[in-house]
This record gives sequence, C-alpha cells and structure tokens, in this order.
Amino acid sequence: MSKKGKERKIRVVIAKPGLDSHDRGAKIVARALRDAGMEVIYTGLRQTPGQIVETALQEDVDVIGLSILSGAHSKLFPEIMGLLKKKGLGNVLVFAGGIIPQEDVPALKKIGIKEVFGPGTPTSTLVEFVREKAPKRK
Amino acid sequence: MPCLTDLQQLVKGVQKGDKRSIARTISIIENNEPEAQRIISLLYPKTGKAHILGITGPPGAGKSTLIEKLVKEMRNRGKTVGVVAVDPTSPFSGGAFLGDRVRMQDLSTDPGVYIRSMATRNHPGGLARATKDAARVLDASGKNIVIVETVGAGQSEVEVVKVAHTIIVVLAPGLGDDIQAIKAGQMEIGDIFVVNKADRENANKAKSDIETMLEMAQEKKGWKPLVAKTSALTGEGIAELLERIEEHRKYLKTGAIDERRKERIENELVEALTQKITESIVNELKQKDEWSKLTQKILSRETDPYSAADKLLTKQLKPTKKR
Repeated sequence: MSKKGKERKIRVVIAKPGLDSHDRGAKIVARALRDAGMEVIYTGLRQTPGQIVETALQEDVDVIGLSILSGAHSKLFPEIMGLLKKKGLGNVLVFAGGIIPQEDVPALKKIGIKEVFGPGTPTSTLVEFVREKAPKRK
Repeated sequence: MPCLTDLQQLVKGVQKGDKRSIARTISIIENNEPEAQRIISLLYPKTGKAHILGITGPPGAGKSTLIEKLVKEMRNRGKTVGVVAVDPTSPFSGGAFLGDRVRMQDLSTDPGVYIRSMATRNHPGGLARATKDAARVLDASGKNIVIVETVGAGQSEVEVVKVAHTIIVVLAPGLGDDIQAIKAGQMEIGDIFVVNKADRENANKAKSDIETMLEMAQEKKGWKPLVAKTSALTGEGIAELLERIEEHRKYLKTGAIDERRKERIENELVEALTQKITESIVNELKQKDEWSKLTQKILSRETDPYSAADKLLTKQLKPTKKR
C-alpha cells in the first residue's frame, strides 16, 4: 500500500428530485465532473428526497447536485436539506441547477444550498466550484 | 486520523448494520487510508457468513436490472442484501460515471438493502481493488447475501471468481453465436448462466448454444453449470433463478466450498505477499544511486528497461555490508 490515502476522489451524487423527466442537464453536469476526475453517482429520474439522501448516505459522498425543472424546488429542497441534517450529513456540499427563478434563490441559500446554477453556466464554472467548496476530509 | 477506539466504534457500527458506519468503512478501505489494513483485521473475524454472488457479463446484458429484480425477490423471502456495483474509471481523467443505481432505484430506501457504487480506479479484471473488502464489510454487517456486480465485462475479465461463491454470467440473445460460447475466459467461470431479455427473439437459441457448449466440457466433475432464462423486464424466471442459486449454495455446503475457499485464501495470501514484497524491494531500490542513473540511461536509449531491471536485481539487491 504505497500510495496510502492518496487515492481519495471527490464523490458526487447527481440527483433528479421530483417529477420532471428532463435529465440532459444533469447528464452534462455528471459528465463534466467525471471528466474532471470525480466519481459521479447518477440516481436517475423522479427521486424522492428520501431516496436522494439514502443514496448520499450509502455512497458516502462529499457533494450532492440537484437538478430540477418542475418548479417544485421550494417544496422538495427543504425536505432534502432537513433529511440530510437528520442523517448526520449536514456537511455535504449541496448545489442546484435547472429552472429556478432568481427570486427563489435567497430562500434556498438560506436553507443551506450553496449555489444555484442556471441554464448556460459553463461547466468549467461548476467544476471549479465543486473542487473549491467540496468539504475537505482529514 | 481516527484512533483505535474510533475504529472499534466504527467496526461496532458496521456489525450493527449502521449504514453510516458501513459507508465510512468502505471509503476508508477504498481510499487506502492508513487505517485500512487495521480495520480489515478488526472486521475479518466477523465475516464468512454471507453468501456472496458474483454477477458478470457484457455491458448492456441487463445485470443491474436483473439484480434489482433478484434483490426484491430475496427481500420477499426475508433475506437482507448488500450490493457492490462496479463501473469503470476513465483512464484519461481518473473520474467515473457510476450509473448502476439508476436501475435499482426502488431499493435505495429499503432498510434491509445496502448498495454501494464503486469505480474500478483502473484496477484490471472487472472489479476495483477494494471490491473484495467492501463485500467483506457488508458480510460483517450481517447481510445474508452480498451481490458483487462487475463492470460490463469483456471476455477475460474474470477476477470476480476470487470474490464470489456463486458466479452468475448474464448474457442476452443476439450477443454472439455458438463460437462465442465456446471461447475461454468469462464463459468458463459461470456456475449459472442467465439468458436475460428472454422476452426478445432468439432467447431459446442463445440458451441452447450455451447448453451445447457446457455439455462439451465433460471432464468437469462436481457442479454442472446450468442455464436459466429470465426477463428482468417482465419478471419471468426470477424466482426460478433464485432456486438455482439456492441449489448452488446447498451444493457448496456439501464441502465443495471448503476447497474453493482454501484455494482462494491461498491466492489472496500470495497476492498480499507479492504486493508487500514488491513494494519494499522497489522502495529500497529507488533509494540507490543506480536507480536514477539507469533511469537516465533508459531515457537516452543506452539501455532498456529489462536489462536495467536485471542490473538492479543482481547488483543492488545483495545485502550491502558497508553503507
């Protein structure tokens, strides 16, 4: 075991909460993070907050990216953030993307979503954000 | 770095089946953190109870979807299940896209199921270096059955035989003819072959191609591999497949498993030794002046890697009396 501890990778869950079925954006983000050397777990469509948090727990991830286009973010995101805290995953970095009106963003940030990325965000911005903000372990 | 009591705490958590403890433990092992070896030695005595299934087969054969159906059926029968699903790491970026959970969504909130996605991190053979130990962690956590899903494996990616008790090779109609079925490698390791996507055309043809191939291997004594037909889409054949798996488990219990286990443990010991010996020797050699000199020489084409290796071995490896 010569490379002790050097094998750490940033692990990310990219999740699609709610009922919309457009995951092109989520896949582009997943792909970009993969190409930046991260391990990206994709959940698939129509995930409940419970499923997303369980996945994050079992996969021991550092980061969660939520993609939503249905407009249900103000309902679902607080549930997700609440569950994360409850399961002891309060230090996981959470960001969001998709179609989220500017006026909703402050409230989402207040509950702990670190950043909200709208359409047209360059993937390099995302990669930089995750690299910089992902919680450092030990 | 966690101290020993923290590790013992973690091990206790694993034994209780606490998901957070399991998750952290697998990460420690996967990342080869300094306490990895210690934690494996603490867990090892608690392992050996689970039936470990290896599921392999080419990409797109339906392994993950089949696993979801199998696990549901196992849950109906009151078994707890752990899954380690391996997907490839990019040799270019070092990143990975782990998509097996997409097919197993219904399982993620079941308290009796634990699923972990794992990237190969460029380990060859269809599994990650840490897969075996991750399966051990799930075993120690009290899961009755642990399923190891390989990457969409090529013909020669057969490392799963070192990990699992029962190997299931998942195929689908239209992937190849009887010539493919007779090839070495993957087609030799199955205890059970599954022709998945049986709802499609030619499933019977695929099944009989494999059966014919298996009949040719007469010299094999003991377990005779069998072929099952399933449709993970419709659920057809899933319960029957579970019966076949159970048959194989019972067969192993008759003593066949001891042979396998012993062989596997010896192999593992050799592997662990080889790794440690290689490391300590190479690390020592790297300290010598000769190392950098020879590296330079290879670079300038004055010598080649093989001759340089010979030189290092014969000249440098002798115990040095004066330093």
